[in-house]
Amino acid sequence: MAKDAGNIERISGPVVNAYLPGARLYDVVRVGDAKILGEIIKIVGNTSVIQVYEDTSGLKPGEPVESTGQPLSVELGPGILTSIYDGIQRPLKVIEEMAGGVYITRGIEAPPLDRKKKWAFKAVAKKGDKVKYGDVLGTVQETDLIEHKIMSPYEGKIESISSGEFTIQDDIGTLSHEGKKYPLKMVQKWFVRKSRPVIEKFPPTIPLITGQRVIDTFFPIAKGGTACIPGPFGSGKTVTQQSLAKYSDTQIVVYIGCGERGNEMTDVLKEFPHLIDPKSGKPLMMRTVLIANTSNMPVAAREASIYTGVTIAEYFRDMGYDVALMADSTSRWAEAMREIGGRLEEMPGEEGYPAYLARRLAEFYERAGRVRCLCSDERYGSVSIIGAVSPPGGDISEPVSQNTLRVTKVFLALDASLAYRRHFPAINWLKSYTLYSDSLEEYYGENVSTDFTKMIKNSMALLQKEAELQEVVQLVGPDALPEKEQAVLLVTKMLREDYLQQNAYSDVDARCELKKQYNMLKTITRFGERMNASLDLGVQLKRISELKVKGTIGRMKEIKDEKEFEKLQKEIDSSFDDLLKR
Amino acid sequence: MKEYKTITEIAGPLVCVSGVSGVGYNEIVEIMLPNGERRKGQVLDVSKTVAVVQVFGPTAGISTTQTTVRFLGETMRLGLSTEMLGRVFTGLGEPRDKGPRVIPKERVDITGLPINPFSREMPNEFIQTGISTVDAMNTLVRGQKLPIFSGAGLPHNQLTVQIARQAKVRGTDEKFAVVFAAIGITHEEASYFMRDFEKTGALENAVLFLNLADDPSVERIITPRLALTTAEYLAYEQGMHVLVLITDMTNYCEALREISSARQEVPGRRGYPGYMYTDLSTIYERAGKVKGSTGSVTQIPVLTMPGDDKTHPIPDLTGYITEGQILLSRDLHRKNIYPPVDPLPSLSRLMNSGIGDKKTREDHKGVSDQLYAAYANGRDLRSLSAVVGEEALSATDRRFLRLADEFEKRFIQQGPYENRDIDVTLDLGWELLSILPEEELKRVKREHIPKYMKKKYTL
Repeated sequence: MAKDAGNIERISGPVVNAYLPGARLYDVVRVGDAKILGEIIKIVGNTSVIQVYEDTSGLKPGEPVESTGQPLSVELGPGILTSIYDGIQRPLKVIEEMAGGVYITRGIEAPPLDRKKKWAFKAVAKKGDKVKYGDVLGTVQETDLIEHKIMSPYEGKIESISSGEFTIQDDIGTLSHEGKKYPLKMVQKWFVRKSRPVIEKFPPTIPLITGQRVIDTFFPIAKGGTACIPGPFGSGKTVTQQSLAKYSDTQIVVYIGCGERGNEMTDVLKEFPHLIDPKSGKPLMMRTVLIANTSNMPVAAREASIYTGVTIAEYFRDMGYDVALMADSTSRWAEAMREIGGRLEEMPGEEGYPAYLARRLAEFYERAGRVRCLCSDERYGSVSIIGAVSPPGGDISEPVSQNTLRVTKVFLALDASLAYRRHFPAINWLKSYTLYSDSLEEYYGENVSTDFTKMIKNSMALLQKEAELQEVVQLVGPDALPEKEQAVLLVTKMLREDYLQQNAYSDVDARCELKKQYNMLKTITRFGERMNASLDLGVQLKRISELKVKGTIGRMKEIKDEKEFEKLQKEIDSSFDDLLKR
Repeated sequence: MKEYKTITEIAGPLVCVSGVSGVGYNEIVEIMLPNGERRKGQVLDVSKTVAVVQVFGPTAGISTTQTTVRFLGETMRLGLSTEMLGRVFTGLGEPRDKGPRVIPKERVDITGLPINPFSREMPNEFIQTGISTVDAMNTLVRGQKLPIFSGAGLPHNQLTVQIARQAKVRGTDEKFAVVFAAIGITHEEASYFMRDFEKTGALENAVLFLNLADDPSVERIITPRLALTTAEYLAYEQGMHVLVLITDMTNYCEALREISSARQEVPGRRGYPGYMYTDLSTIYERAGKVKGSTGSVTQIPVLTMPGDDKTHPIPDLTGYITEGQILLSRDLHRKNIYPPVDPLPSLSRLMNSGIGDKKTREDHKGVSDQLYAAYANGRDLRSLSAVVGEEALSATDRRFLRLADEFEKRFIQQGPYENRDIDVTLDLGWELLSILPEEELKRVKREHIPKYMKKKYTL
């Protein structure tokens, strides 16, 4: 491809103006003698405005600029899993070796996928097969957990294909289409700013089981759905995101650390290889792709990191996997847009954010979904997006939160006051919402129990009631309430402490299966019902609150065996029976 | 080296030079005034003919006709050597004491490069500060960045000095090298720090960079970067454990705003530039531990929250970058409690990796969580009892109330020279927890209660 060349006219922070006639918008360019990467984000006459993905210190006007003639794209093929990339898919591990030190030095270019590693390719398609775009040519066992499907990037007839040990650059066969021959490789490229095509998107009817009680029970997320987690700093956004990454029932996790802390990424890096997937007994890292563009890494690469992540997620979705994408934090992404917008001297919208903020956010979340993948056989996959939002001062009336709320279907409101009292996950049950509960009701009825939804609604009503009662208590003290209302407070305290709170550091409690969630909620509901019945028969509340079984309920989080719940419910019954006898 | 006499515009701290060629972005310039005075500056924006230079120091006396601008062809660098220990420098790195110039072993760009997240080591060594509220409930670890959020008139300087004096890794006598960056603080405050460093002998292990309140505000952009470049050299090249104290970050952000408005940039919240988050991160993220080096950089920046408002952009953006915060409370200060650390909104994100068996004690997390929950409950009840009276509370609630009071008086309160060992702190925690009925102790492990609750609180 002919390369357009020009030179630098002006430098201002991460934005460079260059004389580059014939350049195309969003093409990737190499800037200066150091050949650092950039992307054209605006063209005025012969001048291209370039956002540069690395530090621009020392660049001079007059230095050369070269266009690659290609938009920003990611390399997709075996070797992606277990990798850790920066925002423009440079492998950080390789960078460490190349830089020979702990810093990311400028102008380092490293291929995203290992060029030398040989993979065992098993051909599925045969010579003479007619394949369409997205059809599986063959498979590679990428990690112990994940079989990587090599999908055809073209339509045509397979002329030759062979199994064996190949690097990603070797030809695995050839394909012909309209008289032309194309070599087949295990690697393909995709433009990050363009979503990968699908045949059809489906409505959300299957829950993403996260193992977190407050989410699965009260605010479920659907597979292919979108959720946002806004919260002030210190309210546990990252811990919640990490719990979801660890325990949700998807096959692939893409975790984007977008403008966040370096030490946090290190934590993920050090922890994931030691975390064991409960189903397979293999390290979770084997199904994970990490993208780390920490706050002090170049801001333009931070802007790109979200697109890099979601494109990788779509690629695995197209293989037929369920993918969870964690973006921590989308506010930093929005700020990167604002910063670059400011350098371009664009007319700002609300709070200095560019006017296209809402569109960009909507486009990003719209890349989620449960889909029928583009191929000739039937294959289904999903991308669920869970984005953290960091509103300034925790006030969600700001533009990023508001525009996110308009497109996401689940809102998990993190609450600093819950975090202060060490109530984790600090998700406020009164402010959060989900729009998936109706579409997931059928699934819960079929797979858990038909009375689960009813129980959930009752429990939520009690928690709402508690909030009202607390206001009264603030004025007159708890003893002034009638016994029935004091009883509500007793049950909701159980709900809060023994159900909603979940210990991320406990081996048993960190992930809670749906069945166990049901049993736990049933136990509390049972207690509530028996209590109300006993009160009607004249038993004093004081006697009930002294019941020993309350302590046993308090420890039900640690129960491993389902039968224990039956015992516990019998204990509740017998405790109340005893009370009534007296 | 290129010299120009073509200044076309002077506005605030900015100078425009026209007719330039081959000038690099971020390059350092030297400005020679008609009276022979020399000032330094940095290129902020450059096109083929015009360079915008930010001047470190006042722009008074610069003229469009008789001033020479010399472009030095390199970005801002600092000469580094271990001889810097024990020395005092200005906010631009010139000697401020009467000592000679330091002969540099190497010269390093002060902006620093981002540390590869893959090359970081997880900070997990407990630093004992001897302050109960920090050690027990907001534990500091080596390689962490933990700011102090204070307000005007609160004793943050005293606390910072106490931490610098007492901080050590348990079981070792290894001392920290201290790098101290003063940004826009008063002469009086600076000499308070110097006196204390001298008195305790910490000065010989310290490097001080002082930009005082009457020094040019633009220098404030440079000062913390000089300090961190020095800290990184001492830590990663010389294998030392370095504690970086920066005070006051609020002045830094004000300087950032001043320059941004002089450049007529689009302002973000409250007039602070939209890139303030990114800019602050290039300071705060320069803390940590890295592969292949025994040293570490631990950062304790201090900032005063304008109007004690935690949601003000400065504390807000800081909190989103740092690994927690230690928040000083005016209420506690009014009650005459020193240090007035309010544990509830304070947080250490790296705490869990630095505590527990073999690091501090196996009961540490339980005690900490229990104290948090109990004190939060006690404070809620305090406002309730103000309305309904203490008599209307249940017996258990009255105990929570008692615990909150005692917690403030005995646990938070300590002397400025009182260095509490972590064992003493945790034992004290248990003693206070014994105020509560045992069934309320849900956060501690059951088996720890008989083991550690040695001394019972006598009502």
